[in-house]
This record gives sequence, C-alpha cells and structure tokens, in this order.
Amino acid sequence: MIEVENLTKRYGQHVALDGLSFSVDCGEVVGFLGPNGAGKSTTMRILTTFMAATSGSVRVGGDCVFENPMRVRERIGYMPENNPLPTDLRVGDYLKFRAQLKHLANGDSANRIAGVMEQCGVADVAGRFIGQLSRGYRQRVGLADALLAKPELIVLDEPTAGLDPNQVRSVRRLIRGLAGGHTVLISSHILSEIEMTCDRVVILHEGRLLASGALEELMAKANAVVVAEVRASLIDAKKWATKLALGQAECAAQPDGYVRCQFAEAKSADAREKIFASANERGWPLRELSRQAPSLEDLFVSLTHGKGGPK
Amino acid sequence: MSVFRALVRRELSAFFQGPTGFIIIAAVLFLIGLGFVIVLSGLNGQATPIPVTQVFYSTYFFWLILLLIAPIITMRSFAMERASGTYESLMTAPIGDWQVVLSKFAGALIFYAILWVPLLVCSVVVRFYVGESAVLGLGPVVTSAIGILLVGCLYMSMGCFASALTRNQAVAAVSGFAMGAALFFTGFFSYFAGDRSDWISQLARHVSLANHMESFSRGVIDLSAVIFFLSLTALFLYLTHKVVESRRWK
Repeated sequence: MIEVENLTKRYGQHVALDGLSFSVDCGEVVGFLGPNGAGKSTTMRILTTFMAATSGSVRVGGDCVFENPMRVRERIGYMPENNPLPTDLRVGDYLKFRAQLKHLANGDSANRIAGVMEQCGVADVAGRFIGQLSRGYRQRVGLADALLAKPELIVLDEPTAGLDPNQVRSVRRLIRGLAGGHTVLISSHILSEIEMTCDRVVILHEGRLLASGALEELMAKANAVVVAEVRASLIDAKKWATKLALGQAECAAQPDGYVRCQFAEAKSADAREKIFASANERGWPLRELSRQAPSLEDLFVSLTHGKGGPK
Repeated sequence: MSVFRALVRRELSAFFQGPTGFIIIAAVLFLIGLGFVIVLSGLNGQATPIPVTQVFYSTYFFWLILLLIAPIITMRSFAMERASGTYESLMTAPIGDWQVVLSKFAGALIFYAILWVPLLVCSVVVRFYVGESAVLGLGPVVTSAIGILLVGCLYMSMGCFASALTRNQAVAAVSGFAMGAALFFTGFFSYFAGDRSDWISQLARHVSLANHMESFSRGVIDLSAVIFFLSLTALFLYLTHKVVESRRWK
C-alpha cells in the first residue's frame, strides 16, 4: 500500500527526513513511533501530498504522490496533527461539505454521513457547532471525516493527543475496529498507545528509520529492568547484587529496613528466578520481585546504542 | 462543478456564520448612506449637468470604502485556513489548487457584490424622487455596476494574493491594503501629467482607477478599462495559484 524509498526532506539547513525507507502492506495497522521532531508529521504530510519531498520516492497504492497526487488523495483519509476543524460549522454540515469535496454522490452521501457519525459516536451532536464540542468529540469528528470516503488508507497523526483516558480508550477501540477493512497508519510518541492498536511499528529517530517490525520482537531487544526489594543491610545487598552479575545494579535503602535493588536485566534468561533463589538461600525476606517492561525511552536507548547513541 | 459550488458556499457561509459579514455590511451601508446624503445635500436641489452616479464616484466615498473594505473581505481567505490548520485537510482532499483559488476569489467577489446592493437601492430612491431620467438614467447605473464589479475583481484577486502569502490575517489585511492603495495612488500621477504625451503620462492615465471609473459612471464601457481590470485580475489569480502551489516545491 505504501512504499517509501530514500525519502529526504530539508527545510533550509535543517534535515527533517534523511533517507527514510519503509513499506506498509494492505490491511496492516502500522504505528509510526518516535519522539517529537523525529519526522513523523513531515512523512505523513508528504504521504498525503500536502508537501513535496526534497528527494526520494513515495508510492501509495502504486501511484507516485508527486506525479499523481489526485489519485493518491482519492485513496487517503487523513486526520492532520491537532485535528484542525472549522469551528463555525455544525458537525453534520461539516461532514456534508467534506463529502462533497471527496466526490461522494449526493444520493449515498447522506447514508454514508449517517453511517460514519454512528460509527464514530458523533450522531448525537450532529446539530451542534464544532467550536462548542469537547476535545474528544472533535477528535471523533476528525476521524469521521477521515473515514467518510471509505478510503483504502487511513492516516492519523497523533489521534489521541490531548484526550482523557476514557476518550483515549474509545478512540483506540475505534481504530482497532478499522483493522482488516483498511490500511491504517497512526503516529504517536506514546509506546503503550501503539502497543494496543498496531500490528507493526516503524520507529523514527532524527529523520531516519531506527527499526521496523512487530513490537514484541523489538521490545525483546530492549533491556527490561528487574526490581527486587529484600530485607538486608545496604552493604550486604550491594555485595549480593554485584555477585549476582545481572548487569548494572542500583541499590537504595528504604526507610523500613528494606533495600530496593534495580537490575538492568541481562538479555538472556529471566533473571527473576535467579534473584529469588539467591535471596531465599540467604534467608532474606523478599517482598517485591518484578520485571518492568521497557518504556519507549528504554527502547530508544537500546536501539540507538552502538549507533553513537541519541544525540 | 458541484465541488466548486460547495467550496464557494463554504466561503460565503464563513462570512455569515459569525458576526464578521454583518459587521462589514453594516459599516459599508453606513458609509454609502452617509456618502449619498452628503452628495445630494451638496447638490442641494440644483440641476446638475452630469449623472448623479458620476458625482458619487468623483467624491472619495467610493474609493474610501473600496480601499478599506476590500482587504478586510479577503484577509481571511487563505490566512485563516493556514492559521487554524484546516488548510491541510483542504489541500489533501481530492480537489485541485485552481479550484481552491477560484472558489476563494468567487466567494469574496460575491460577498463584495452583495455589499453594493444598497447603492443600487439609493439610486432607485433618487430616481423615484427626481423623476427625471437625465439625472439618473438606467445606462449609467448599469455601467457603474459593471465598473464596480470589475474594480472588485481586481481588488479581490489582489487581496486573495496578499492572504495567500501569510498565516496572519492582520498582515494579510495590511499588505492587501498597501497593494490596493499603491495602485490607486499611482493613478494620481495622471493629474500632474496633464495632456503631456510622454510614456510616463500615458502609463499614469492608463493605471488611473479613478479615470476608468469615471467613464463607467458616465455610462460608457471603455474596452481598454475592461481589459485593464480583467488582465490584472488574471495576473493576481495566477500569482495566488503559484503561492498555493509553492508548498509543493518549497
């Protein structure tokens, strides 16, 4: 569905995208992950024909975005960053206007508009001005617009930014529901966000592709942190931690006589068994033993490691 | 075509969804009324050898309204869409750049035309009370309307161009005003030129909007004036299109 090759975009001296290549197959839900300024929005703007690239090629459904922008636009439903909407229109009128721009025939546009309003849960606010809606509703109006023309590809730039947890959940459910019928590309800088909605992730860093693949595979490369709290003196605990040799360990005394040790887990086997057995052997009470899933930051650190690290 | 109609309707609805359009109409209505009252009381019941429309355009009321209001009509066209970000969803819909440019121009022009309807009403009222066709014949009224529309084409296209250059509505209004005022004042050189025939004087006469408008208000459609207005309109629309297109080669 999407083939990006060697995409480069420069704004004057600043290089926003630096030889980015990746591809997305039909029907996939792909997460576009990266810190702010990694080039996610720039890539999406080029994909949706809003901007041109400095060099490289982008094809959507086989059509080049520079040579056949109109055919590409027909295929795409796009929700830009911050989901800009005209505040002076009513929800129903806005969707009707968008349907006309997207060449929906008058006959089925009314049905289609009613359909997406139902699907996105904005049917009850159809008669209200967009300017008076809450952020969650606006986001769903933006989604309804993106879905309107039944596009093959749906591009959503940070669809859950600024929403409260309940709204995030309902938007996620909606996106999940699109899988299969559409190819979906979502950008985010929140790992858990992507984790819940996407089959595959593409990770960007400073305009370059850092990694791409199933999220579990990528996460397996990142070092998880194992935390153990044992009752022992700080000096004993420190010796014990060094002896265990589970990578870098940090120990800190707690006010109630326990010591909290954090192990940067070795990549191989699960370190928890080893920690448990060893604490048991010494007769130290163990009140917490947990493995903390790596955050996006950890993933970044591990991915950029050996490439000069994050600058 | 239905896409174009939808875009123009959206442009017009933007004026009337909020107070903006009504405030502009009220202001223009006030200025037209004031101008007409002053012109008529200046005539003070005396017979005039020239049509009333011509008297009106030879005062500064018409030009003041045009110069001040035109950039206010057009300032929002592109600048507001850019500022609010809706420009991005507009320009990624399957519609061409020309459709966007022409619909914004058409929306502004239609709104501009609505503004001048009260002037037509004023003319009818004067005609009714005077009852003398020499003062205000149908001819001068129609040609004046054509003249107003042609000047409008030029100023709306100029304003759209100014608006396309920025994302700040105030900047769009001020730069649109500067362009419009510069063109208007350049025409003043024709007063100093007298009847000299060097090229500068000829050029000054040719770009003098007041001269062109005067012939329209007399009931004359001057072909060179029509070509002047339409060609400049086309030029500014072309430039606007280039600016809109430029996001894809910047």
